[in-house]
Amino acid sequence: MSIKDEIKKVRDNVYEIPGSYDKSMRASGRFYIADEFFDDLEEGAVKQIVNVACLPGVQRYAIGLPDIHFGYGFPIGGVAAFSLRNGIVSPGGVGFDINCGVRLIKSNLTMDDIDGHIDELTEKLFKNIPSGVGSKGKIRLEKDEINDVLDYGAEWAVNNGYGWPEDLEFLEENGRMADADSSIVSDKAKKRGIPQLGSLGSGNHFLEIQIVDEIYNENVAQVYGLEKGMIVIMIHTGSRGCGHQICSDYLRIMDKAYKNYKIKIADRQLACAPLNSKEAQNYIQAMAAAANYAWANRQMMTHWVRETFEDVLGRSAEDMEMNIVYDVAHNIAKMETHKVYNREEEVLVHRKGATRAFGPGCEEIPEKYREVGQPVLIPGTMGTASYVLCGTETAMQETFGSTAHGAGRVLSRSKAKKDFDADEITKDLAANGIKIRATSKHVIEEEAPAAYKDVDSVVRVSDSTGIAKLVAKVKPLSVCKG
Amino acid sequence: MTMKRYDYFEATADIGFKAYGEDINEAFENAGLAIFNIISDTSGISPVKEIEFEIVSEDDVSLLYDYLEELLFYHETEFMLFSEFHVQIAEGFRLKAIIKGEEINWDKHVRKTEIKAITFHEMDVKKSDAVEVQAIVDL
Repeated sequence: MSIKDEIKKVRDNVYEIPGSYDKSMRASGRFYIADEFFDDLEEGAVKQIVNVACLPGVQRYAIGLPDIHFGYGFPIGGVAAFSLRNGIVSPGGVGFDINCGVRLIKSNLTMDDIDGHIDELTEKLFKNIPSGVGSKGKIRLEKDEINDVLDYGAEWAVNNGYGWPEDLEFLEENGRMADADSSIVSDKAKKRGIPQLGSLGSGNHFLEIQIVDEIYNENVAQVYGLEKGMIVIMIHTGSRGCGHQICSDYLRIMDKAYKNYKIKIADRQLACAPLNSKEAQNYIQAMAAAANYAWANRQMMTHWVRETFEDVLGRSAEDMEMNIVYDVAHNIAKMETHKVYNREEEVLVHRKGATRAFGPGCEEIPEKYREVGQPVLIPGTMGTASYVLCGTETAMQETFGSTAHGAGRVLSRSKAKKDFDADEITKDLAANGIKIRATSKHVIEEEAPAAYKDVDSVVRVSDSTGIAKLVAKVKPLSVCKG
Repeated sequence: MTMKRYDYFEATADIGFKAYGEDINEAFENAGLAIFNIISDTSGISPVKEIEFEIVSEDDVSLLYDYLEELLFYHETEFMLFSEFHVQIAEGFRLKAIIKGEEINWDKHVRKTEIKAITFHEMDVKKSDAVEVQAIVDL
C-alpha cells in the first residue's frame, strides 16, 4: 500500500496525512497541492513530510507547499515550526543556499523607453554582474571586511556605496538579521565568501529584465507601485559558497549533536540539535550571518543594475525611479510569533523553498505595505513568467505565514541536457521576444523551461487555497544566466 | 581490461556518481575526477600546480564527505580546476591528498556547472575486493 493512500482531502487543493500514520509522528502533515496534480506528488516527498513531523517540538503540521518536491532530509517547498521550549533547529530544514531569495526592482520605464536598448542592457548587465561557475565578484574584500558583511548584511552594502539608504526599508528583515555573529563563522566559509561577494552564481539563479504583463489586483498593485507595462528587474541569487560552507559545517556539527542529545531521526540530513543547546544557538547565528551575506550580495547587484541602466539610457536611476519593491528569502529559519491552538507562541519557523507571506497588519512588513500584506515574489524558470502575490491572513492561520517559492524541477539535469538543445531554446525564446545571455550552453539546456513544473499552477494553488493572493504577472524580456 | 573509473546516475534536481577503485585510495581519486568532470572537463586541465591537504574524520562516509567538500573549497578559494588526485588514507580515517590542476581560465577550460555542495544523501563507501563510493551533489 502506498503512503499516499493514507492522505485525506481537507478541502479543495488541501490534503492531510494524519499524525496516526506513524507512531513516531508528533504532528500531522499537510499538503497544499493542486487536486489535478495529486497523482504527481512524489511518495518520497510525502515520506519526508512524515519524517519532519516526527522531530521534537514540531508545531501543528509539517507543511508541503504547492511546489513541494523531494529534497535532502527536508523536502523543498516545505515549512515546519518548532517550539522554543522543546523544539530543534536543523540546517537541513534551511538548505545549502541559505537566503537564496528574490528581489524585484521597479522603474517608471515602459517598453518605449527601452526598445532598441534591450540587447545593450542585457550585454552590459551580463558583463557588470559576474555569473557562472568559478566566477569572482568584482571587488576584493579583506578578511576583516567579510565580518562586516556577515554582521550587517545589506546595511554594510549601503554604507559602502551600494544603493540607497531607503532600499533597506523594502527588504525582509531590512536586509540584516541581528542574531548574526561573524565570530562563529568558520574561516573556510569566510574564505569561500570573500571572492564570490557580488556574483550571481549558476544553476537556477538569474537576473531578468521583465515587463508587468497582467494585474490581478489593482488596489494591491498600486500599493506596491506596480502597473501594467512597467519595466522591472528581478534578481534571484543567494549566499554563494559562503552559505554552502556554513550549511556544510553545521551538517557535520549536528551529525554529532543529534547522537549526543539522543534525538531519533529517519535520515542523516535531518540532523538537528535542541534549540537551547550551544550547537543550535551557534547555527542560528551563523545561518543569520549567511543570510546577511545574501542580502549584501543582492544589494550590490541592485547598485550595478542601476548603474547599467544609467549608462545605457543616459538618465539617473532616481529619475527612472528604480526603487526596490521587495526582497524575500526562500531558504531561512526565523523566530516568529504565531498562533498555535489559540495561543500566541514564539516558534522557530524553517522555510526551505518557501516564501514568507505575512498578511495585513503584521508589523514585520514595511509600513507602506502593511494594510495589504507583504509582497511575495515567486520566480518562474528561464523564459517563463514570474509572479507577485501578497501575504494573507489565511497564511498566518494555516502555514505559519508561508507560501510557495517557485517551480520545482521535474526533469533531471542530465535528461534535460539530452532532451534539449541550447541553440533551439535560445531561438524559441527569441521568437517570444526574450533575449538570453549565459556563460555556457550546458546551463541553458539544464535550465530548459520544460524541465520544470509549471509555475502558473504553483501560484494558482497558492491563490485558490488563500495562502497568498495573486497581484501581478511579470514576463521576461531578457535573461542573464550563470 | 582497464576498470571504469566512475559513472554518473540521475537524481531529480541534481547529479550522482559512483567511483571505483582497487582500493579506497583509488576510489577517492576517481571521485575527484567525477567531481571536476561535472564542473569542467578534466582532459583539458593541466596538472601544473599542486595543493596538499590532510583531513581526519570519524568514519568512511564522513571522510568521503569531508574530502569532497575540501575539493570544492580549494576550487573556489584558489580559483582552480583539478585533474590529478593522489590520495593516501591511513588508520583512524586520516586522509592525505595531493591534488594537481591549474588556475581557471574560461577561455581555455570547458565551463559546465557549479556544484553548491556535497550531500549525505545515499552516500556510501562499499568495500569488498574492490571499492565503490557513491555521492550525490547539490547543483
